[in-house]
Amino acid sequence: MASTVVLHLTENLEPGPPHTAGRFGEYGGRYVPETLMAALNELEQAYAAASADPVFRAELDDLLHNFAGRPTPLYFASRLTEQLGGAKIYLKREDLLHTGAHKINNALGQGLLARRMGKRRIIAETGAGQHGVATATVCALLGMDCIVYMGEEDIRRQELNVLRMRLLGAEVCPVRSGSRTLKDAVNEALRDWVTNVRDTYYILGSALGPHPYPTMVRDFHRVIGVELRQQMLEREGRLPDAILACVGGGSNAIGAFHAFLGDKDVRLIGVEAGGRGKSLGDHAARFEGGVPGVLQGTYSYVLQDEDGQVALTHSVSAGLDYATVGPEHAALHDSGRASYVSADDAHVLEAVVRLSQAEGILPALESAHAVAECLRIAPQMPRHAILVVNLSGRGDKDMGILARELKIAGAEPLSGR
Amino acid sequence: MPIRFPQHPGLVVYLTAGDNGLFADAAQIRPGDLAVTREIALAAIDAGADVIELGVPFSDPMADGPVIQRASERALRAGTRLQHVLHLAAELRAARPAAGIILFSYLNPILRYGMSRFADAAAESGADGVLLTDMIVEEAGDYLAEMRRTGLNSVFLAAPTSPDARLQAIAEHSSGFIYAISRTGITGKQQQLAADAAALVERIRRWTRLPVAVGFGISNADHVAQVGQFADAAVIGSAIVELIERSTPATAPGEVSRFIKGLRQPSGADPWMQREQSARS
Repeated sequence: MASTVVLHLTENLEPGPPHTAGRFGEYGGRYVPETLMAALNELEQAYAAASADPVFRAELDDLLHNFAGRPTPLYFASRLTEQLGGAKIYLKREDLLHTGAHKINNALGQGLLARRMGKRRIIAETGAGQHGVATATVCALLGMDCIVYMGEEDIRRQELNVLRMRLLGAEVCPVRSGSRTLKDAVNEALRDWVTNVRDTYYILGSALGPHPYPTMVRDFHRVIGVELRQQMLEREGRLPDAILACVGGGSNAIGAFHAFLGDKDVRLIGVEAGGRGKSLGDHAARFEGGVPGVLQGTYSYVLQDEDGQVALTHSVSAGLDYATVGPEHAALHDSGRASYVSADDAHVLEAVVRLSQAEGILPALESAHAVAECLRIAPQMPRHAILVVNLSGRGDKDMGILARELKIAGAEPLSGR
Repeated sequence: MPIRFPQHPGLVVYLTAGDNGLFADAAQIRPGDLAVTREIALAAIDAGADVIELGVPFSDPMADGPVIQRASERALRAGTRLQHVLHLAAELRAARPAAGIILFSYLNPILRYGMSRFADAAAESGADGVLLTDMIVEEAGDYLAEMRRTGLNSVFLAAPTSPDARLQAIAEHSSGFIYAISRTGITGKQQQLAADAAALVERIRRWTRLPVAVGFGISNADHVAQVGQFADAAVIGSAIVELIERSTPATAPGEVSRFIKGLRQPSGADPWMQREQSARS
């Protein structure tokens, strides 16, 4: 059963929309310094050629299967389902992938593409460190130089991932500008790319930035939804009623959603970071507090003040702590095809404990946003309904934060909330 | 209105509007009071700057190096808003009718203000044109329509990495002048100018008769003289912003004036070997 899925892992690389200039409805596009335009055009052409090349696809298939561990299981969370007393809950286990999150799908794809383009110097940005670890891993695998930009605040709160990246041979560059988080790491990676554009490949880690990144990153993650669809049909004989995924830039969510866009009866729900409050600066819920604008090369919803200055954000999870969102999500939001809600820090921490103790699965703080929304809506759904949570990453990296936030100390089990 | 460079080589001076330097006393300056930038700009014009680029500070200046990033942060902390920069443009226009004035911004503050409303306000201020750092010609439909409607010049960037087809499109959609980036990279000083600046200007001239200004990394008189051999003007950005950073509001206009006057007095040494400090002495 598994092998049939593996053989088709990269069939989804056929170029879908956007067809012109990287637009999803009115969102997307390219808003970059002129210096990058030749590189973006080169990348677009190289990606189109690679995605149509059976040799490229076979190598990516092989690595996704034998190196990363695809396909990932679709797990029925029976105890959690029973406890909540509503919809049947399935977990798409991206957390079981090598390096601990879905990010490896894209890092492998872009890493192979960089090698094909003859670029030996790889740069990346990272928030929670999962994309940085995935990129460092792929660079070790392919023998390429790796520089990862990471905000100082994120280095502090995701120390384990920093150590992993350095162990893997990557240089981690601290970013001290702005809020010292993901947004500032992207700025610094873009500055590096503008400066070293001729020999450097930028492995952007989310479905963000200038065209062709939002499309390409989505395509590399589209395998999540393709597998999920097939697995669900095999298990239940039908499609799920709803799919939940956390949304920072939105790569795991668009990967999980995309194969279902034509299935109008499948609700697609993105969960943003509600942070510690509703005021600008206290959260990263772009669809609640943002307005359309341009940040880091793409037109999408941006948290900003009335002067168009980008707002600071807050989330307990570094990976969702970001002021804009992938442009395809903006289009799905406006069309109503997907809906977007938020989960606040307190409910997210509660969800971490709940899933850990109900199922023996420790989710990443990012993924726990989707779990928190699941805890909220599953009891309201009938027992025959099917709810899937895309569990995008595992929470080992978050133990430092969890120890502080949940006051885990001593040897006693933490009481569930 | 066309932009003129009566002297050769012309000088374009970039200033981050609302940056009062490191040593300004915040308590002395009202939010949105751009008097320091105004005095510096007037001093720059009187010292020989043909065009002032008034930089609208932005929270995420992804094309700028540390010097202009710091200046942008200071300007935002001082309460600088787009309408203050527009007001400053009007003050400069009234005080120096012949000087070129370009509004230099990232796109998002303009989008938030409203492209059409911005174009009206910019034209009313007396500015000659606009340069948007993160606007490429392919995305510029609305922007160009508004610039044409209001009679403003649209200055685009051209890069060493731009192939000829892009340079042709940039030339077709530019007015006022073309800003040629002397090297790949973010703004900031460097010891040596990339040798491909001359080649880029030559390629641009195949497509346009507009003046070509060369920027990025120009910090001394010998750089300016060298640029003058193949281009119409040199753009000085980070070198002056850094000078302002280290000056006080009282001394900055004088420092900037002396620096700009010095830019037209080359030492005659090989500019590619020059230390940037030499032009200051």
